[in-house]
Amino acid sequence: MNRFNKLTLAALIAVSFTLAGCPKKPTVKAPQTAAQSVAQTSDSDARTGRTSGADNGGVRPLTSTKGDMPSGDGELGATIRFDYDSSEIKAEYQPIISSEAKQLAANRHLQLRLEGNTDERGSAEYNIALGERRAQAVKKALVLLGASDTQLTTVSYGEERPVADGHDEAAWSQNRRVDIVVTAR
Amino acid sequence: MTNRLFRLIAALGLSVALFGTAEAQLTVDITKGNTSPIPIALVPFGGEPVPLDVAGVVEGDLARSGRLAPLSRLSMPQRPSVASQIDMAQWRLVKTDYVAIGRARADGAGYVLEVELHNVLTGERVLGVSMNSTASGLRLTAHRIADMLYEKIIGVPGAFATRIAYVAVEGPVASRRWRLVVADSDGENPVTIVDSKEPLMSPVWSPDGTKLAYVSFENRVSSVFVQSILTGARERVSGRAGINGAPAWAPDGHRLALALSQPDGNVDVFVMDLDTRGPPLRVTDDPAIDTEPCFSADGQSLYFTSDRAGRPQIYQIRLAAGERAKRVTFEGNYNARPRLSPDGKTLAVVTQDQGGYRIARVDPSSGQSIILTTGRLDESPTFAPNGQTIIYSSRERGRGVLATVAVDSGVVTHITAPSGDIRDPAWSPRL
Repeated sequence: MNRFNKLTLAALIAVSFTLAGCPKKPTVKAPQTAAQSVAQTSDSDARTGRTSGADNGGVRPLTSTKGDMPSGDGELGATIRFDYDSSEIKAEYQPIISSEAKQLAANRHLQLRLEGNTDERGSAEYNIALGERRAQAVKKALVLLGASDTQLTTVSYGEERPVADGHDEAAWSQNRRVDIVVTAR
Repeated sequence: MTNRLFRLIAALGLSVALFGTAEAQLTVDITKGNTSPIPIALVPFGGEPVPLDVAGVVEGDLARSGRLAPLSRLSMPQRPSVASQIDMAQWRLVKTDYVAIGRARADGAGYVLEVELHNVLTGERVLGVSMNSTASGLRLTAHRIADMLYEKIIGVPGAFATRIAYVAVEGPVASRRWRLVVADSDGENPVTIVDSKEPLMSPVWSPDGTKLAYVSFENRVSSVFVQSILTGARERVSGRAGINGAPAWAPDGHRLALALSQPDGNVDVFVMDLDTRGPPLRVTDDPAIDTEPCFSADGQSLYFTSDRAGRPQIYQIRLAAGERAKRVTFEGNYNARPRLSPDGKTLAVVTQDQGGYRIARVDPSSGQSIILTTGRLDESPTFAPNGQTIIYSSRERGRGVLATVAVDSGVVTHITAPSGDIRDPAWSPRL
């Protein structure tokens, strides 16, 4: 890893820690008990999850763990969460968006995949469209702040890939999200 | 596991165990009914032994329909297998309206099954049939017998000799597995036809029942595939950048409606010609989400979900240039995923009701809607080919299950897998 990428890494870790503060803000609705069970679930996701897939080219999911903490082995990225049936990026995520956009502008080799997700409620195909709309909202925000179109791809998994397995608002609020995944740097 | 195939708990607390040769697969529970089903007795077959409890399979089918209430075997006063043995007075005492009897006889490598239906009130034999069956075809023969009895009593053909496709999801969040499964209409004989580490969704049967279209996220992008049930051969019919989803067959079987996204991520409804494979025809053009198309009976228009008015509602649009979509649903603030009844007159939709997501039927000409289910997370409704039942995805005690609701009586059954979630059911046409 060259010096530049180390700097990028450090900056993105800093971003992750910024994000780590989010659950303490009053806007996060998940009660503590639910947050703990969610953390367990997504922790195992980060360790053993999609890296086992045959087709992910060694890409690590950057899904947040333990309430948006980095999982401890230097993973990058962020998770943006959304309100019900909404693709509006909430003000609390603006610092993350601008920080990610700066990284993208500074390093044109950096490529991100924006994975849109919804909670399990409602119809599955509508949720695919809603997840895409969320991913596009994040893409648009990043491009406005200096990222290039060509650095960003989107995919929507709708309700198919929850990080929290529960069937209540605590789980749903975790699952309505865009995961920002680094695919090249 | 034992050879107990599934458990039936009828509306009145009646409990019936059915036995067969296959391993236990899915569990069926009948949990709710609000009308009086017609009592019928399905006497175990006499004659030579066969490797399947044929009367038991018929009994399960008729109980799930919600229209008929099979009598418990423990309550049967006698077990006749020929008409001359039937003592109508005894059957009147147990208040059953019909008695079905049958007998089997070995015939070469297979069997001949003779079935009779007797009206207890009039004493008349109302149906007598003789059917040939191979040993491996006995279950299908039993479903055909159920279809005939149902039609004789209810006046509408049964839909038991059909199949369902569904998606089974197993494993923890981290190492989840998706399988596309085809099974008999009662959940028996499940066969996995696709197995993936990435999501599978939205299976739909071709009108001739030989193919399934579905969405697969293999290679981390969504694509629409068409796969032959007979040969297993499959073909990617849409793999554009972005969303390729929500396939729906035209009644002619030659066109497929799809939801495709533009480079900006906006989802619109398209129709593709499966024969010519030209560029898909764009049907909707709106910055809102337009998805989940479903053809009208004449194949000339589409019903679809759109949030162009703010929240998802059902719209209809004719397949001609410059047509404007007409809003169909107005009741409630969430109506999505339309599917047309076989007679073309009713839509089954997902609707939001008192905080829950439930299945409703909507008359598209008046917009009037009737909510049929009481679940919290019901979705993906599809009609049985006789229009009498809707199958859909639901949740029971945290598990993803399939459920059926009888359109007239409201009888609900739940079909549960031994482990994991099952969802996204699609009911085959008549086979």
